Amino acid sequence: MNIDALISDKVKSIQPSPIRRFFDLANAMEGTVSLGIGEPDFVTPWHIREAAMGSLRAGETAYTPNAGTPQLRQAVADYLYARFGLSYDPKTEIFITVGASEAIDLALRVLIDPGDEVLIPDPSYISYSPGALLAGGRSVALPTYAEDGFALRGDVLRQALTPRSKALVLPYPNNPTGGIMTRGQLSELAAVLEETDLPVISDEIYGELTYAGDHVSIAQLPGMKERTILISGFSKAFAMTGWRLGFVAADRRFVAQMLKVHQYVIMCASTMSQAAATEALNGLLKGEFDDVEKMRRAYDQRRRYIFDRLNGMGLRCFEPRGAFYIFPDITSTGLTSEQFAEALLKEERVAVVPGNAFGSRGEGFVRCSYAASLKNIEEAMNRMERFVKKRKG
Amino acid sequence: MDKTDMALLEILEEDARRSPEQIGVLLGVSAAEARARIEGLEAAGVIRGYTVLVDREHLEEETISALIEVKVQPERNRGFDAIAEQLYLFDEVKDCYLMSGAYDLMLIVEGKNIRAVSRFVSERLSILDNVQSCATHFILKRYKSDGVVFEKQPEDRRMVVSP
Repeated sequence: MNIDALISDKVKSIQPSPIRRFFDLANAMEGTVSLGIGEPDFVTPWHIREAAMGSLRAGETAYTPNAGTPQLRQAVADYLYARFGLSYDPKTEIFITVGASEAIDLALRVLIDPGDEVLIPDPSYISYSPGALLAGGRSVALPTYAEDGFALRGDVLRQALTPRSKALVLPYPNNPTGGIMTRGQLSELAAVLEETDLPVISDEIYGELTYAGDHVSIAQLPGMKERTILISGFSKAFAMTGWRLGFVAADRRFVAQMLKVHQYVIMCASTMSQAAATEALNGLLKGEFDDVEKMRRAYDQRRRYIFDRLNGMGLRCFEPRGAFYIFPDITSTGLTSEQFAEALLKEERVAVVPGNAFGSRGEGFVRCSYAASLKNIEEAMNRMERFVKKRKG
Repeated sequence: MDKTDMALLEILEEDARRSPEQIGVLLGVSAAEARARIEGLEAAGVIRGYTVLVDREHLEEETISALIEVKVQPERNRGFDAIAEQLYLFDEVKDCYLMSGAYDLMLIVEGKNIRAVSRFVSERLSILDNVQSCATHFILKRYKSDGVVFEKQPEDRRMVVSP
């Protein structure tokens, strides 16, 4: 049987991520110091893990409502109000997903018809474009530039608009660049969006991790809330990647449709994860625990250190203001992103991710994650400095 | 004391050997400012000293520690301070706290062996006029001390590269 022939053209048209190849390469090598990891190096705080165990001990092993437990939806509503002044009805405008990833997929499926265009800043996290494809649409890259801090410009958005434009993905703070959107920059986008009916899929998973003023959601801007599907989760702020838990906050008309797909495909997010996340949010809101702030402070210190070192070795780089990535320009070494990453791995055993994995605008850059101990970052920078010196002569 | 001072203390508490230059980079201030802040915290008595955290399990020379609960008779004018001083001046006493609850002072006492600690209790502590009674608990194993876990920590379990 020719199984390959059985696979749909749609799925065959999707390329595997180049990150996969790097994982295989790096994984096979001993003594690698990795700055290639897109998740916190912290373990989930103990009080949160305890809450999950408490839930298990209490025998909470059944399904929850499709939209998630009422307690967690309420906590998400309280959080969004306390943090951003956004009010969402926890009964009809908020639901819990299996990671922000599921939420992104649902948003695309609910909005996109065959041939529709999904506007995606470039470079960006790797799953938006395949998500658009799987939903039957196609992705349109919106170039962003280091000199703008990788923020999306209004004129770039305006230029890309066509009658087929169906959704804008807004992933800030940004993976892989560490760029953020300030209120002013968002206003510029809002001015363009106002003339359209374009919905915004706002992926704010790194929203708690900003280092120059608080994160601003586009939903906070006048007139923008109704069109915004706000997506976030617990992975990055609370170091809960393995728990697979995210949430959506949006107009009830979006939520009802997304929930319909969610209920057939997923049923509900993991029950014990929801118990843990409820503890995480309530602990934060009541001011009982400051783990988020502590981790943020640690990332901020590493951010300053790695920025200082990369500049010191002559790699031009934009000072990141969010997430836990830095995106140095490596063109001065005469290498492409992939050549740089591969040679650095083979010669010095340091893993970074080639920038072109995140879109064609990422060519000439590599992504370094500073979700690593200061000791490891120090060691990686020493090795990378030696490597760069050799290339530059 | 501002936020930067607090962050600076956190860095030193984790690794007191970091240089003012490194600390400056981490905090986004100049090395000179980091140095000045450290000196300021030292002068103000916020930083009382720098020490080393030893896991005595690995030493050839054995030591033993005991936690001792002490009930005392406070003095008319000086309350518990006088008797506390009388106790903490002993070199063997590593920690001394005034406690709420069933007893008054808690000491952590270190000695070469059980006999040495017992002798401290019977010959130095119990005989003091103000000491009414004491209960000695020998420490069998130290799991965590000053925020540092002594058990071997699991290694980084994350995948080596991820999106």
